[in-house]
Amino acid sequence: MILDSKIPEGPLSQKWTNYKAAQKLVNPANKRKLDIIVVGTGLAGASAAASFGALGFHVDIFCIQDSPRRAHSIAAQGGINAAKNYQNDGDSVERLFKDTIKGGDYRAREANVYRLAEVSGDIIDQCVAQGVPFARDYSGLLDNRSFGGAQVSRTFYARGQTGQQLLLGAYGALSREIARGTVVLHERHEMMDLVIKDGRARGIIVRNLVTGELERYAAHAVVVATGGYGNVYYLSTNAMNSNGSAAWVCHRRGAAFANPCYVQIHPTCIPVHGDYQSKLTLMSESLRNDGRIWVPKKKEDAEAIRRGEKTALDIAEEDRDYYLERRYPAFGNLVPRDVASRAAKERCDAGYGVGPTGLAVYLDFADAIKRLGRDVVEQKYGNLFQMYQKIVDVDPYEYPMMIYPAVHYTMGGLWVDYELQTTIPGLFAAGEANFSDHGANRLGASALMQGLADGYFVLPYTMQNYLADQIYVGKIKAEGPEFDEAEANVRARMDSLMNIQGQHSVDHYHKALGRIMWEYCGMARSKESLATAKEKIAELEADFYQHVFIPGKAAEMNPELEKAYRLEDYFELARLIVDDATQREESCGGHFRIEHQTEDGETLRDDDNFMFVAAWEYQGHDKPEVMHKEELNYEHIQIVKRNYK
Amino acid sequence: MKFTLHIWRQENARAKGHFETYEIDNISADCSFLEMLDQLNEKLINDKIAHPVCFDNDCREGICGMCGLYINGRPHGNDDGVTTCQLHMRHFHDGDEIWVEPWRAKAFPIIKDLVVDRTAFDKIIQAGGYISATTGGVPDANNILVPKHIADQAMDAAACIGCGACVAACKNASAMLFVGAKVSHLNLLPQGQPEALDRARKMIIKMDELGFGGCTNTYACEAECPKQIKRQNIARLNRQWIGQMFGRDRRED
Repeated sequence: MILDSKIPEGPLSQKWTNYKAAQKLVNPANKRKLDIIVVGTGLAGASAAASFGALGFHVDIFCIQDSPRRAHSIAAQGGINAAKNYQNDGDSVERLFKDTIKGGDYRAREANVYRLAEVSGDIIDQCVAQGVPFARDYSGLLDNRSFGGAQVSRTFYARGQTGQQLLLGAYGALSREIARGTVVLHERHEMMDLVIKDGRARGIIVRNLVTGELERYAAHAVVVATGGYGNVYYLSTNAMNSNGSAAWVCHRRGAAFANPCYVQIHPTCIPVHGDYQSKLTLMSESLRNDGRIWVPKKKEDAEAIRRGEKTALDIAEEDRDYYLERRYPAFGNLVPRDVASRAAKERCDAGYGVGPTGLAVYLDFADAIKRLGRDVVEQKYGNLFQMYQKIVDVDPYEYPMMIYPAVHYTMGGLWVDYELQTTIPGLFAAGEANFSDHGANRLGASALMQGLADGYFVLPYTMQNYLADQIYVGKIKAEGPEFDEAEANVRARMDSLMNIQGQHSVDHYHKALGRIMWEYCGMARSKESLATAKEKIAELEADFYQHVFIPGKAAEMNPELEKAYRLEDYFELARLIVDDATQREESCGGHFRIEHQTEDGETLRDDDNFMFVAAWEYQGHDKPEVMHKEELNYEHIQIVKRNYK
Repeated sequence: MKFTLHIWRQENARAKGHFETYEIDNISADCSFLEMLDQLNEKLINDKIAHPVCFDNDCREGICGMCGLYINGRPHGNDDGVTTCQLHMRHFHDGDEIWVEPWRAKAFPIIKDLVVDRTAFDKIIQAGGYISATTGGVPDANNILVPKHIADQAMDAAACIGCGACVAACKNASAMLFVGAKVSHLNLLPQGQPEALDRARKMIIKMDELGFGGCTNTYACEAECPKQIKRQNIARLNRQWIGQMFGRDRRED
């Protein structure tokens, strides 16, 4: 496998300009003869399909939900970054680029990140033109706020529903193209396999989730924009149906999968409260501006709280351990996400956790309420406090909130080159599904930026460059041995799952897999824990293939079967995450190996040996994958140590 | 907690549906309504007595709009301003009987059990629920000022999640609140002006065509909306409708 990142010539700031000047185009009359498949209708997929349609290509777009507007981009709260410098506070493309590279702990590709920063301003223009109701100040100008990892205010937002509004903007643009007939929507359809003909991606096999029937679609190129794989951990902030399978079937067909071990764990989520729990809800990071995090100093107090005999209010001030302030006096409660997450885990593992399960820490606003008054706190965080109260049924003005870290985002994904093309010609990956821009850690408000950058402003150019010579091949038909083989393969997979007829539900296995991954390949990893994970995953997987039970038939609406084939992929993915985490003998961003830390518990990178992208090549279900390296060359940026102290 | 559940079971759109009764025990008051149904399904799978109940759900944090059950006669159940996934079992009493039905409306045919087809909402949006801004070639975001109160009102309307509770709550199965919210969101903004009256007309015509009923001003939609979208949006929509009847914007298609 050759990893050619295809980074254009020239100085960093000229690369994208040079690319666009030299790229091939397709004339308008030929565009309508070219077909594109887009899988996924989140920010990346919807914006890409809408843009292709507007250019005149014919697009088939697929989503697993009942409407494109349900994609999980909808749930993003905080905002979207853009280097507009509307605040005159010194922002620039260069600065956004640097912040993003540094935030990713120097594990992202320079040229891609620079381009992301370059087009960020265009995204805001586009969204405003579509009617996205961003927050404004009294003059009618756009308002900004600041986010982690930046010294400027460059985050645009629409209350706490920025993702929703951006997605509805892209969904509107997509709907317009559907009405014009350039885009055909297939809702409740799930991609099951990729079809490759003559070495190029030429189509997909999908399952109609209403009838259970398999269908075939052919095109000149395929875009996968199906999000991340955080649900491998079962409990995460992802939606229930978010899954890694579309990307994974591409991987099975030969697309390299990059940096799977880079998983972002967000420190402030509402904790797990029981075995029946299905998902975790994020509480905005902004709460740490005024909230103080603590656990009891004495184990017996923590135990009494867990038994319900004491509450937080019974613990005297001198018996509270404000562990972040104690361990990180300089940053206190505002240490970066990964540090805060690990510190909470450390306290809970040591037996100081609170809440019925012992896996929670307090986020206390008593001081803030005393200092600022309840009104001010309510103005700043009212909606979050209300959300907390609805879920937990405890008044956070009176009792401290309980929070715990949760899996939130996956930086790893399908390996793509500068054109967002995978190692399979004609197969492109966009948004969270690719690995390209966030390195080992993503900054807040950058996911929305990347999704829309890929869809509106990158793929419409790079896809044309690919499609320019495809006008000669004529219409691609969904037939031939390759389509037959792929369809038969999917059918066989489903039949063998249905035929197991064991006694345990799919969720039983998914929850167990999640527990293994969280425990042994979560916030802190070691050689031993990873070896344990590998062993336990293998045992569980073997048990799954013997004892899982899927009721009903394959040829009908069957949510249990959907869960089962997604879990099948999660098993392979989990193994790869563990292998990747094992080979990366360093700590960087979201990947923390306890063997590689400084004396005071910070991540310790090894730039000499690990400044590369790990791109894995699939070898078959039972064989270990082969790793290929894409060396990262930093020509522009100066590499420094991330210092949080 | 313990409950007796009467759940609507229906094989497919053509089949006849009926209520099936299930008993469920050991439910935590802190679990959500959908997590309670997860546990019921787990039980049905383990006991192999019936197929699990199909219901739509996704984000489980009240924003995707995918979930929607008619619980004891109310869309999204008996808590205000929440979706079904945010409804917790503490809002019920131990031993309660709970009736669970799908959205019922001509324009939302049942697919299976509690799952309905809401693509009619997508079709209404496709009729005009957008601003025709092709990618690229748009002015700088700060070129057109939008007064703060206008942006805020647009945002209030844009908060709609498209779940369909308004239609389910309405005795006429009208989609006026959904359409009114989208038209208000776009038509309040300066960027939405060029297509404003056309938009209202096309969306209303499409809504009628798809079999949604008319509005008789009972405001059940507003009372049951999980995002508390206001009925003023319906008034705005009506004004736009009248405007397009007499306005200059009226064009032949």
